[in-house]
This record gives sequence, C-alpha cells and structure tokens, in this order.
Amino acid sequence: MSTATLNVTTVKDDFPLLGREVNGHPIVYLDSGATSQKPRQVLDALDRYYEEINANIHRGAYLIAEKATTALEDSRAALAGFVGASAAEEIVFTKNATEALNLVTHVLGDDRFDRHVGPGDEIVITELEHHANLVPWQELARRTGATLRWYGVTDEGRIDLDSLELTDAVKVLAFTHQSNVTGAVAPVEELVRRARAVGALVVLDACQSVPHMSVDFHELDVDYAAFSGHKMLGPSGVGVLYAKAALLASMPPFITGGSMIETVTMEKSTYAPPPQRFEAGVPMTSQVVGLGAAVRYLERVGMDAIAAHEHALVAKTLDKLASLDGVRVIGPTDNVQRGSAVSFVVDGVHAHDLGQILDDDGVAIRVGHHCAWPLHRRFDVAATARASFALYNTLDEVDVLVAAIERAQQFFLSGASV
Amino acid sequence: MRMEQMYQEVILDHYKHPHGRGLREPFGAEVHHVNPTCGDEVTLRVHIDDAGIVADVSYDGQGCSISQAATSVLTDQVVGLPVERALTVVDAFSAMVGSRGSVDGDVDVIGDGIAFAGVSKYPARVKCALLGWMAFKDAVVRIVEAPAGSTGRKNDEESARSGGQWT
Repeated sequence: MSTATLNVTTVKDDFPLLGREVNGHPIVYLDSGATSQKPRQVLDALDRYYEEINANIHRGAYLIAEKATTALEDSRAALAGFVGASAAEEIVFTKNATEALNLVTHVLGDDRFDRHVGPGDEIVITELEHHANLVPWQELARRTGATLRWYGVTDEGRIDLDSLELTDAVKVLAFTHQSNVTGAVAPVEELVRRARAVGALVVLDACQSVPHMSVDFHELDVDYAAFSGHKMLGPSGVGVLYAKAALLASMPPFITGGSMIETVTMEKSTYAPPPQRFEAGVPMTSQVVGLGAAVRYLERVGMDAIAAHEHALVAKTLDKLASLDGVRVIGPTDNVQRGSAVSFVVDGVHAHDLGQILDDDGVAIRVGHHCAWPLHRRFDVAATARASFALYNTLDEVDVLVAAIERAQQFFLSGASV
Repeated sequence: MRMEQMYQEVILDHYKHPHGRGLREPFGAEVHHVNPTCGDEVTLRVHIDDAGIVADVSYDGQGCSISQAATSVLTDQVVGLPVERALTVVDAFSAMVGSRGSVDGDVDVIGDGIAFAGVSKYPARVKCALLGWMAFKDAVVRIVEAPAGSTGRKNDEESARSGGQWT
C-alpha cells in the first residue's frame, strides 16, 4: 500500500486549487493545519455521488438508496481501517471534530452513563489544547461540578509531564495528539499509562495527527479520539468520533431525533445501537463518501511516505527560520516527535501584518492565536504566524516562504518600499 | 504593489509613532475591547469635560499595524470635538472602512483616517481598523448613559464581555 517515497509533483498535480495563482503568484498554500486542499479524486467522488446515487440512506426501498447506504458504510469501513478501529461500529460521523468532542463531553455529563463525572471528580487537559478540546471540558466541569485541571507546557512547546500528578479523582484525561500550534507530538503511551493508573478515560484530539502520520487508535489504547474530515483531504461538514465499541454501546445519545431510535411511543423512546444512536437526522452522506475517497487517496500515497515528506519540509523550514534575525519559533526546533505546524513570531512585525504581506506573494499562512489562546498567553505572545504543511507542499515553497518573511521585515523594519 | 494600497505611508507613521498612547487620568469611562479572531486588544479611556467636549482619549494595547495606527488616528480626529461631532466622525470612518471600497470617505471629516480607505477592500482587516474606534464609541455611550455621579468605569473582564466584538 505505501511506497517508500512520495513524488510531490505527481501528488500536487492532483490538487486543482494548487495550480492556481493569487495576486499574480502561484499559490503557496501553507495553511493545511486549518484545512487541507482536495484532490481531484475526492472532488470526482462528490460529483459521482450526486450524479449517480444521491438518495437518503437507511430508508429508501429502491436501488440508488441502497447504493448510497452502501457507499456511506463503505466509507465508514475505510475510515475504521485507516485509524486502526477493528469494527466499523467504532466510527461515528459527526458534523466536525468539535462536535465529536462535544458528543463525548456531553455524554460524560449524563448520569445514564456509568462513567459520568460529578462533583469531586477531576477532568485533566493540557495548556496546549485547541479551544475545541478545552471549552467543552470547561462546560462539562461547570455543568457537573467537576474540577478542571491541566498539564502545563514546557518552553519548548511540549506537554510538561512534571507539572501535574494525576490522582484517583481524575476521571478523564484529554489531550491533543499533535499540537496545532507548536507541532509537538504528545507522548501518548506515557499519558495513557498515567490515565490507566488512576482509572481515567483517555480522549485524544487527533485532528492534526491523522492527516499526517499513520495512526492506530487500538495500538495507542485511547478510549476516544476525534478528527476532522476537511483536514485530511476530505470535504468540510464531516468529522469523526472514534470510541471503543464497549464504551459506545453503553453511552446514552447526544443529539436525538430521527434515524437514531429503536422504538418511539408518545411517552418515551429507546435507541438504536451504535453508531446509529449517535447519528441523528439525515447524515452528510456525500461528505462521508468524499472522505472515503480521501482515505483511499492517502492510503495510496502512503502515510509513512507522507510523514517522511513533511518531516523533510519541517527540517528545512526550521533550519531556514533559524538563520533569520528576529524570528523565533514557538515550538520544538529539534524536529523530533514533531509534526508539520511551525509557528513563529517576527520581531517588530505583527503576525496579521506578516500574513498580509505574505499573501501579496501568494503565500497563505495562518495568523492569530490559532484557537489556542491560553497557549499564546503561556508564551506571552498575542499572535503568531503559522506555516503548516501537507503532502502536496514542496521544498521550493519553503524558500518562497522565507523570502516573503524577509520582504515583510524589510517593509516594516526599514520602512522602505520593497 | 497591492499591499501599498493598504499600508499607506501615513499608516506606517502612526504605527511607528502613535499619537496619544498611554493611559491617563481623568477619564469618564474605560473599556477593554478585543478582536477574538486575532487576539488584538485595546484598553481605552475617554474623558469628556463639563462643556461636552472630548477632552482626552488615552489607550494602551497591542495589535497589528492597522489596529494600532487607526487608534492613533482616532485620537487626532476626535479630541477637542463636541461629543456629537466626534460620533459623526466615528460614523463616517466606520462607513468608509466597512464599505468594501464603495465609500471614498471625506478627508475634511476623518483626516488621516482617509488612509484606511484601502483597508475596506480587505474584509478580514476591517475589524482591525475599527477596534479602537468602536471602543471609543462604547466608552462615550457609557459616559453619556451613566447615571449622574457614577463614573461609567468598568473592570476589564466585565467590559470585555459587554463591549467586546464577538463574531
């Protein structure tokens, strides 16, 4: 399935948007941490779905409805295989990864669930989290009377494992697999070991890992994991919740309504088994089908080849940025256990202004706090610029990025027109 | 160069040498506004004298060149004006910046604010240009609406919640 190396020219040619120009320059898309671009194969799958088999699934007694149902379930199976879930019953489709995390935090506050949290219990997260894996836990703590605690972050931008001791009060530990800001990859094995030692559930935010490296949730032994479709070459509007089958089976529903019931009377209802129990209403079938095509694309290129390619891109970027005066990387600079988000600050040039000047050269980066405001406070910066790579970026694009940063420095620091 | 349409020399001047910066006494209201999308923030105080003139606008905060320069321009344009006139200046500046390029702006009303006409073509930056100006408007409203004898001053957290720009 996977090949040793990745032919980036061939890969890039599959992405129509990456052949376009912006502001008179070929686009250099370095914001895949926010959302990825889509290959022709995914766009074609969406078109084919609507042109050939569009119908509501799990109901229609006619051929195309059956085909649409099969297409959705085939994608579920593909997703399960891709992330090391043994059964397709461990994969729930949600609107996005944020909804997947909210599903978990909501159910953990429901007293019908035997693992629910309450007063005196502790929820542990980290200071590295995206707001999506932070705010829902604050809300859960508020609703249940549980206490929210967190691991701090080292100066290098990694989880500070010495900053917190877990006690038996901890019922759930949630953390990001790979920081969307610092790029640090979490020591999952160690954190899972600590959680198990106190009997806590483990929730993994895998949004930034699944698109960039081979991930096996069973091997990682996490209880829940959430990731988004649009960051892994799929369409927007679909996210995924992975949960261990036994947990999912004992969980009450989150969003209720049609499609998720077993029987309904005027007095009460019983609910379908997973995953249908957690997929109320008409699903995002076309997006799921598109995501299935994205998985097949990633598997064809090979996740190990993708990880190696991105590792080389990050190595070059860290090396080049280190050679620039007044540029500081917020995150590990050793390129070990590190993903493809490279955040940095440029002295005297606000990130927002930097982003604007880079855009003038066709370079698209993210600026701001990247939905990780507490982490930015931890580093005493209001905003950072972030270049984040994916399988389709080239080493030459790193040179374009660096030249554009130098131009921004000239523009704001010398005042000269450039 | 496209970016020079936005980063006019006058904007860079205000950014590098801001006017009226620093928090001063006395003041009738202090507000704290944030731009939640990028983390830019401004703490801004307004003092209106007994004659109803904007006697001082003082501020502190951090942000991009557009937000910082626009706040500097604000102080130039509104200090010394009767409150009603100051608010018409704010409205004129807001109208231009939010117009997506369809309103030219009147240099006699908004002065150096005219340099921000180019910003109106960049929807993502409109909030930057308006950060200090909306804070000023909020502070004025608090002073004008405050019951006699109270100051209209609020603590940061409270004012950020009630006066922040949520999108």
